[in-house]
Amino acid sequence: MIPASITPKTSPLKASTLVPLILFLGLALVPVYAQVFDDRFMMLFATRIAVLAIAVVSLDFILGFAGLVSFGHAAFIGIGAYAIGILSEHDIWEAWISFPVALAAGGLFALITGAISMKTRGVYFIMITLAFGQMAYFTATSLSAYGGDDGLTMWGRTEFFGTNLFANDISFFYLVVGCLAASYLLLRIFTGSRFGRVLAGAKQSELRVEALGISPYRYRLVAYCISGMVAALAGALMANQAEFVSPSAMSWHRSGELIVMCLLGGLGSLHGALLGTIAYLALEEVLSGTTEHWRLIFGPLLVLVVLYGKGGLIGLVTRRPGK
Amino acid sequence: MSFTLLAVQTLNGLQLGILLFLIAAGLTLVFGVMDFINLAHGVQYMLGAYLAVAAFQFTGGFWSALPLALLAALACGLLLEVLVFRRLYDRDHLDQVLATFGVIIFLNELVKVVWGAAPLSVPLPLYLDWSVPLTDTLSYPVYRIALIVAGLLVAVLLYGLVTRTRIGMLVRAGASDAEMVAALGVNIRRLFMLVFGFGAMLAGFAGILAAPIFSVEPGMGDNLLILAFVVIVIGGIGSIRGAFVSALIIGLVDTLGRSFATDIARLALPPSAANDVGPALASMLIYILMAVVLFVRPSGLFPVSSK
Amino acid sequence: MKRILSALAVSTIAGTATLFAGVLPAAAEGLKIGFLATLSGPPAVLGQHMRDGFLLAVEQADGKLGGVETEVIVVDDELKPDAALTKVQGLIERDKVDMLAGVVFSNVMMAVYKPIIQSETIFVGANAGPSPIAGKGCSPYFFSAAYQNDQNHEVMGRYAANQGYEKVVVMAPNYQAGKDAIAGFKRHYTGTIVEEIYTKLGQLDFSAELARISEEKPNALFTFMPGGMGVNLVKQYDQSGLKESIPFLSTFTVDETTLPATKDMGVGLYSGAEWAADLDTAANKKFVADFEAAYGYAPSLYAAQGYDAARLIGGAVEMNGGIEDKAALIKALEAAPFESVRGDFSFNTNHFPIQDFYLVKAVKSGEGKYTTSIVEKVFDDFGDAYAGSCKM
Repeated sequence: MIPASITPKTSPLKASTLVPLILFLGLALVPVYAQVFDDRFMMLFATRIAVLAIAVVSLDFILGFAGLVSFGHAAFIGIGAYAIGILSEHDIWEAWISFPVALAAGGLFALITGAISMKTRGVYFIMITLAFGQMAYFTATSLSAYGGDDGLTMWGRTEFFGTNLFANDISFFYLVVGCLAASYLLLRIFTGSRFGRVLAGAKQSELRVEALGISPYRYRLVAYCISGMVAALAGALMANQAEFVSPSAMSWHRSGELIVMCLLGGLGSLHGALLGTIAYLALEEVLSGTTEHWRLIFGPLLVLVVLYGKGGLIGLVTRRPGK
Repeated sequence: MSFTLLAVQTLNGLQLGILLFLIAAGLTLVFGVMDFINLAHGVQYMLGAYLAVAAFQFTGGFWSALPLALLAALACGLLLEVLVFRRLYDRDHLDQVLATFGVIIFLNELVKVVWGAAPLSVPLPLYLDWSVPLTDTLSYPVYRIALIVAGLLVAVLLYGLVTRTRIGMLVRAGASDAEMVAALGVNIRRLFMLVFGFGAMLAGFAGILAAPIFSVEPGMGDNLLILAFVVIVIGGIGSIRGAFVSALIIGLVDTLGRSFATDIARLALPPSAANDVGPALASMLIYILMAVVLFVRPSGLFPVSSK
Repeated sequence: MKRILSALAVSTIAGTATLFAGVLPAAAEGLKIGFLATLSGPPAVLGQHMRDGFLLAVEQADGKLGGVETEVIVVDDELKPDAALTKVQGLIERDKVDMLAGVVFSNVMMAVYKPIIQSETIFVGANAGPSPIAGKGCSPYFFSAAYQNDQNHEVMGRYAANQGYEKVVVMAPNYQAGKDAIAGFKRHYTGTIVEEIYTKLGQLDFSAELARISEEKPNALFTFMPGGMGVNLVKQYDQSGLKESIPFLSTFTVDETTLPATKDMGVGLYSGAEWAADLDTAANKKFVADFEAAYGYAPSLYAAQGYDAARLIGGAVEMNGGIEDKAALIKALEAAPFESVRGDFSFNTNHFPIQDFYLVKAVKSGEGKYTTSIVEKVFDDFGDAYAGSCKM
C-alpha cells in the first residue's frame, strides 16, 4: 500500500491549493449567507463544523502523515474543554490565561501518553491510545465537583481583553475559522518541512530513517504533542461554542468518529480531513431530518465510500482522469 | 471480605472471561489469519442474541432454538462476508475500519427496526433454570456454571482444531505468512471464508449464551467489541492461547476490581472521595492493565511470530 | 481542469446538502413544538414511550392543542449532549419553534438548558428534572410536567423508613443521576446505609454486586438502574435467589419499558413513582386504553409524562387563547389548566409539579402483559427540596 502523500502528482499545486481555498472561502462566506437568508442556525452549525474540523485536521496530521492511528484523540478535545470549563467555574474567564492552560494541558497529556504509546506499533498503538483515552474519560466522569457525568454548564464565554470576541456569534465564528486556518497552515508547513519528511519516511521504513542517524521516536513524539495541543485548542473552542463541557466529548465513540471523519475525507492532505468533517456532519444533519431510521442509509454510504471511492472523498476530487 | 464472596467473584470473573474469549477468539483469528480488522464483530454478537430471541419465539424452547440461531448466525456472517468483507481483505487497515464501522451503524439500526427499541430477553433454558445455594440468602445460577463449562469446551475444541488438524495448521501458517500459504496452492479465499464464518458463529454463540442473562438490546455489542480488542492485543494478535489467557485475566481483573476498588480506595481516602475514585478506578483498571502490558511487551503476552 | 471541476462539484454537493437543510418552509400559522427525545442507542425505548405519549395527546386533540393547529417536530438527541445542542439550535433558529418539549436524560437537559432559556423559548420537560434547574438555575421559561429527579428516590427512602428497615444497601450507576438517586433516597431514610455500591454505567453483569449484597444481609436493597441495566439486574436478582429474601426497592428500574423483557422475574418488585397503569382517574383510564389501542404496547410513566406535557400545553394555550403573548402563556402554564392522568397536579414556585407519589409494584395484568400497580400513597401533594433556592 503506497501512502497517498508520496504518489507523484501530475500538478500538485492546483488541487492541493484549490480545494482548501474553496473550502475556506465557502466557510468564510457562511455568515454572509446567514445574514442574507436570515438563517442563524447555519452559522451555529458551521461553527460546530469548524471546531470539530480543527480536531480532525490535527488527527490527520499524525494519522495521515506519520501513520499513528490515535484512538484516544477525543481525550485531547476533552482536556482542552475541561481546562476552560474548570477555570470558568473558578471565575477565571480571560483567554490569555485559560487558552494557554488548555493547550499546555493537552500538550502535557500528549507528551506523557505519547512517550509510552510510541513503544508500540500498528493495532497495539491504536489500543494503547484508546486505553489512555478511556482513562481520561473515566477521570472526567468521576469529577463530581465539576458535574461528573452530567457535565458542567458554563455561565458565560471566555473573555478577551474586555471585547466580546467570544460572545458575539459572528466574531466567534471568524475566530474559530481563523484558528482552523492557522492550524491548517501551521501543520501544512510542518509536513512540507524536513520534519514532515522524516515522519513520512519513518512511516514508510523506520530502518531507512534510522540508518540516516535519525531517531523517528523523537520526531513522532513531537508530532503527537503538536497534534494533541491543536486538538486541545479545538476543545477549548468547543467549550465556548457549547457553553457546556461533559465527559461524553471524550468517549471512545467520539474518538472513533474523528477517525471516521478523517478517513471519509481522505488521509494525508489535511484539507481532506476538513472535507471529511463537513461531509460527515452535513450528511448526518440532512439524513437525520429525513427519517428516524436514517442510519440505515448512512451506514451503507460509508461502506460504499470505501469500496468505490478509494482514498476518501478527496480521492474522488483529485483522482487523475482516466483512472 | 469472606471466602464465599471471593469465590463467587472469581466464578463471576471466569464467566465474563469466557464470554469475552468466545468473542475474542473469532476476532483474533480473523485478524491474525486474514489481517482484517473487523469492527463489526461486536454486532455479530448482538445478532446472535437477537437471533436467539427470534428462534426462541419460533420454537418455544431454548434447546431447539440454539442450533437454529447458531446456523442463522453463521448464515448472517457468511452473507456479510460475501457482500462486503471479502472486498476488503486486500485493503488498508483503515479502509476496513471505516467500512466495518458503516456495517455497525447499519446493523444496530436494523435490529431496532426489526425487533423494536425495547430490551428483549430469553428465559433460562430447561434443566439449567435452577440455582445452587451458596449461603442462606445467595444462590448461584447453574446456567452461569454451564456457560463457563461450554466456553471451556469451545476453548479445548478450538485448541485441538488449531493445533491438531490440517485446517488448523493452515490457519496457523496463514497467521504468520498468508502469502506463503497461498503460494503452496491452498485456496486462500475458501480458507478465509471458513475462518470468517467460524469466527462469526463463535460471536453469535456468545450472543446466544448471553441472551438468557443479559438484556438483548440495540448496541449491546459495542462495548464488548472494545473489551474484545483489549483481550486480543493483550493476548497477542492471532494467538488463540493468548486470547484465552488474557480473556480470563480481563474477566477476573474487571470483576474483582469492581467489587473491591472502592474498599481499597477507602483505606487511603475519606469516604466521599473514595466513592468518586473507587468506581472510576475500577472502570479504568483493564485499560491501565493493557497500557502496562503493552509498555512491557509491545506485541502482547503471546506474540505470533512477526511478519 | 477536470479535477478542478470535480473539486467544485464535491464542495457544492457538501454545500447544497447543508443549504438544502437550511431552506425549509417558513413557520406556518399555528403552534410549532420541537420535541427532543433519545431515540437511538440502548435507552431508545424511553424516548419512544415519551414521544408516543406526547403524540397521542396531540392526536386526541385532532392535531390542535388548545384549538391551535399544532406541528410537532421530533428530533433524536442521540444521548450526545453536543449533538442535542446543535439540534436544539436548529429547532430554535431554523424551524422557529414556539415551544420545546421532551428530553429524557439529565445530561442532555443540562447541555440544552442554557440556549433554550437564553432564547426565551418555553420548554415543557417530560422527564429529566436535574437539581440545578429546580434550584438556583431555575427559569420562568422552564416547566416540568414530570418530576424533580430526587423525588421518586425520596419516595423509596420514606417507604423504607416507614417499614422500619434498619439496614439498607443502596446501588446506582456511577454517574450524576445515580448519585442524585442515592442522595434523594437518603433524604427521608432514617436507618443505616450499610453499603453504597456504584456500578459502571451500562454494566451488564451484577453478580459481583449481588454477592456483596447478600453478604451484608440488609433488610432491603434500594437501587436505581434505568433501561437495559435494570433488565440485567432484575434477571440476575431473580436468578440469584435474592428476590425471596431481600425486598427490592427501586426507581425507574421496573416499569413498562423493562417488564416486557423481565416478565415474571420482575413481578412483585417495588418502585417509587408518580404514576401507575391502574391509577384511578378518568383521564388515566382513557390514556391507558387509547395508548394501548394506538401503539399496541402498555404505556409507562415516560409515556404518561409525555402525554401530560402535551395536555398541559393544550390547556394553557386554550386558557390563553393563543400563543402570541408569551408572558401571558407562561402565566397560563403556571395555572396548570389541564386534567392530569395523575390526578392532583399543580406547579410549585420553581415550575416543577406538586403531586402525589406512590409505592408501585409490578404485576402480571393479563396473558403475557405486565404493568405497574399502586400499593400505597407515600407522599401527598409533594414538592421538591430545591424550590426554596429558586428565585424568579
